[in-house]
Amino acid sequence: MGVKVSMTVNGKKLSSDVEERTLLVTLIREHLRLTGTHVGCDTAQCGACTVHMNGNAVKSCSMLAMQAEGADILTIEGVAAPDGTLHPMQAAFKENHGLQCGFCTPGMVMNAIDFAKRHPVAGEQEVREGLEGNLCRCTGYHNIVKSIVAGSKAMAAGK
Amino acid sequence: MHAFKYHRASSANEAASIVARNGEARFLAGGQSLVQMMKLRFVSPSDLVDLGSIKDLAGIKADGSGVTIGAMTRHAEVAGSAEVRKAIPALAALAGTIGDRQVRNMGTLGGAIAHADPAADYPAAVLGLGATIHTNKRKIAADDFFKGMMETALQPGELITSVSFPVPKRAAYMKFKNQASRFAIVGVFVADTAGGVRVAVTGAGPCVFRSKELEAALSKSFTAQAAAGVKVSDKGLNKDLHASPEYRAHLITVMAKRAVQSIA
Repeated sequence: MGVKVSMTVNGKKLSSDVEERTLLVTLIREHLRLTGTHVGCDTAQCGACTVHMNGNAVKSCSMLAMQAEGADILTIEGVAAPDGTLHPMQAAFKENHGLQCGFCTPGMVMNAIDFAKRHPVAGEQEVREGLEGNLCRCTGYHNIVKSIVAGSKAMAAGK
Repeated sequence: MHAFKYHRASSANEAASIVARNGEARFLAGGQSLVQMMKLRFVSPSDLVDLGSIKDLAGIKADGSGVTIGAMTRHAEVAGSAEVRKAIPALAALAGTIGDRQVRNMGTLGGAIAHADPAADYPAAVLGLGATIHTNKRKIAADDFFKGMMETALQPGELITSVSFPVPKRAAYMKFKNQASRFAIVGVFVADTAGGVRVAVTGAGPCVFRSKELEAALSKSFTAQAAAGVKVSDKGLNKDLHASPEYRAHLITVMAKRAVQSIA
């Protein structure tokens, strides 16, 4: 048993031999050792496993690696510039203290970047609705929402 | 998750023939329900036939009389489609309330109605608008499609290819959602169509159903007051930790009233 899956992850083309039932998040964390993508609930509720597939935020614990065949995958490790300069959304989370323990943060940032691309001038209410698929158990969301509003503005200004 | 054999189909016919050859095979659409059910070992198919590469199963076509949506079209595409928003705004709005952003980027129309979760949103639009479900074998009217708890008229190996929604005069969907899952505790789709008023209820019973009482009242007078005056029976409605049958029956009237209020 086993299949070959090929995709681009953070700009690097790769092929991997996996079991058919391998989840995308398992491939990312255990085969590629990119452990910034987290597994929280493992039931598609918490969003800690959010990555981009062809530019769209998806939950990598809720799909098979094979469903990403040929796709362009972006994880939190691929978000900052190669010289280490933070992405405007990451910088906004840092600036606004949009985290406490940090467990949910990679998923928050990945969803936020996708959200901001589609809603460049989002207000607080829109941001809160956009965050329905991400849970944070520390912050009460207040600073996360502030971060995303600021990050969205920074992303729009940077274009 | 139990092991299975993976197949990538390049056409609807190929996908159907693989499933026909393997009794325990399942189609894989977006996987937002199926993958979770496999992880929990609620289902353990011998084979999965991935529909993700079949180009002609996805896409939206609209003309004056209706909107046809390919079975593999993602919820986010329907929610964001200028064509759907123009032709049937209630359908685009409904698609935009399914699950969360990430789920809407993967989940598909065909997958949602084939799965027929009792609390899913799409069945309410399909039944409320009197849509037609196209499969690789035939056309099925929405009124004949949903049979019971996660049960549809689909035969083994039958694959949904698209769904055609006729354009109503006006329509709206109101959902009282579970705050954690965004599934409908009760969702009501009200449509004023060429063939009369249709009211489809999801989340309340074992499967989506039409409320004859509300349809009769709204046919006489398409007003929020008319909807508010209807007492829906709680017989056979779902009972769980979120809501009792009595509460769900009450919510059907309230959601119907709000839906009519938004368009009357």
